[in-house]
Amino acid sequence: MSHHSVAAALSDTATMIDRSVRLARRNVDTVFVSILLPVLMMALFVYVFGGAINTGTAYINYVVPGILLLTTGYGAATTAMAVADDMNSGMIDRLRSLPIRSFAVLTGHVAASVARNALSTTLVILASFAMGFRPNATAGDWLAAIGLLLLYVVALSWLAAGLGVVARSVESASTLSFFMLFLPYLSSAFVQPGTMPSWLQPISAHQPITYVVEAVRGFLTGVPVGNSATFALAWCVGLLVFSVALASSLYRQRTRR
Amino acid sequence: MIVEATALRKSYGATEVLSGIDLALPEGSVLALLGPNGAGKTTTVRILSTLIRPNAGSATIAGYDVVRQAAQVRGVISLTGQYAAVDENQTGRENLAMVGRLMHLGRRGADRRTGELLEQFGLTDAMHRRVKTYSGGMRRRLDLAMSLVARPQVIFLDEPTTGLDPASRSTMWEAIGELVRDGTTILLTTQYLEEADRLADRIVLLDHGRIVADGTADALKAQVGGERVELQFASEPEVRKATDVLGAVAVVGPLRLSVPSDGTAVHLHHLLDLLRDNGTVPERVSAHRPTLDDVFLALTA
Ligand SMILES: Nc1ncnc2c1ncn2[C@@H]1O[C@H](COP(=O)(O)OP(=O)(O)OP(=O)(O)O)[C@@H](O)[C@H]1O
Ligand SMILES: [Mg+2]
Repeated sequence: MSHHSVAAALSDTATMIDRSVRLARRNVDTVFVSILLPVLMMALFVYVFGGAINTGTAYINYVVPGILLLTTGYGAATTAMAVADDMNSGMIDRLRSLPIRSFAVLTGHVAASVARNALSTTLVILASFAMGFRPNATAGDWLAAIGLLLLYVVALSWLAAGLGVVARSVESASTLSFFMLFLPYLSSAFVQPGTMPSWLQPISAHQPITYVVEAVRGFLTGVPVGNSATFALAWCVGLLVFSVALASSLYRQRTRR
Repeated sequence: MIVEATALRKSYGATEVLSGIDLALPEGSVLALLGPNGAGKTTTVRILSTLIRPNAGSATIAGYDVVRQAAQVRGVISLTGQYAAVDENQTGRENLAMVGRLMHLGRRGADRRTGELLEQFGLTDAMHRRVKTYSGGMRRRLDLAMSLVARPQVIFLDEPTTGLDPASRSTMWEAIGELVRDGTTILLTTQYLEEADRLADRIVLLDHGRIVADGTADALKAQVGGERVELQFASEPEVRKATDVLGAVAVVGPLRLSVPSDGTAVHLHHLLDLLRDNGTVPERVSAHRPTLDDVFLALTA
């Protein structure tokens, strides 16, 4: 690409980010739901199930990282739906018939997704404080936790964008996103994997969400992080590379002429 | 020819939806692609606007090949698709400004163009409202305005007035007329014969992926016969008297005859004089002009 077309591509991407952020800001319902549901789940786990789950610490301190990942799952589902909406309406035809790189429409949605998730995650953290979450973390720990969560959100948003591209309707995008909401339950987010049936344990112990949860939990509550941070980072980078490649290949296929 | 298509074919699986389409539009002309549901109008427009590839045949816009030089083609065309492509949750102004930025008009340029188009399409009062509060007609106007931001040389309009009330339709027609006056080349699809008749220099009638007729509205009408006068009589004997004197007539109903005519008052006068001299007077007289509906029904049956 020449300098000129790099500048043009950046400008188009900025325009599409602007658009997606504006659309997301005006769709407050979905942000509200993506905050309310995790907060309700947190209340349910802390006040109802939590008493029966022995994690060796105050249950809220154990469960908050998992709730944060659940929150990002809802955010990702919203992203998949927004992308599917564009792909299945006249909008994608309009963008494709303009002399621009229409792939920028996905970048726009991913950026808006990251912004929306940052907001909802922050609000869920505030709610967890109100419910008695007492982290024991230095500024550096917070930075590490936030950085890891951010990387995870970027990777997950690209995955969601890919799902939105293949979905033939907004409804099917929301169905396809189901596993993103389901995966945290098969991790160490809510219960220790040791309490699960033996065939499930290896899956739950090695899936990405477990590593991210363990690392964030370690950073925030002072339990030993061990090598989970390294694994979490590797998983997130891998997921990011895979998701971007997947989204662009699916986009190319869907818009193949 | 600014738009030229040769032997375009398109299949989905085993079904051929376009079976060899040829089109040619001189610069500044308006062509209406007319056809019933499923005829292949949208498919043709999507091929010409680079969204899909033909399986065979070729097309050029302003000399650029729609398959191999899609980027250049996109630089000279714009598309207003069959389904409105507007963001419901942006305002009219934001929608237009977004396209202006994508077309790299610069902030000032985009603002100026947005203002002009809002004015031209009567959307200035509504420019700060989200599009979801717009009526169908306003939405369609905004959709067209978004296609005009960069002043394209060639515009594709896929059913621009379907679902609009007569008032909104005539506003759209005015807007399209203005583009024509500015010398824009337009290819529009429609299911309304009146629309094709009124807007287009040339009409291509498409049915089951084939061109079944091609010409000016008048030429197409002539194809199903010229103007006729219909005469209604009171009784059989009167009909017999009339046929004796008129010669070449068609019986089109009980006590009803149809006579070819050039549509002038002089001819009608002559006809009635002839009948009166022979002792008969029709009860009712009506002039019948073939409409595009007749053409449409005759050729797409
Ligand atoms: N992606 C596709 N896959 C399979 N069949 C398709 C596809 N797109 C169009 N068709 C078929 O091609 C035929 C022509 O469709 P097209 O949309 O071009 O018709 P049209 O003239 O625009 O009709 P309408 O007036 O209903 O808009 C139809 O039978 C349609 O079902
Ligand atoms: Mg169509």
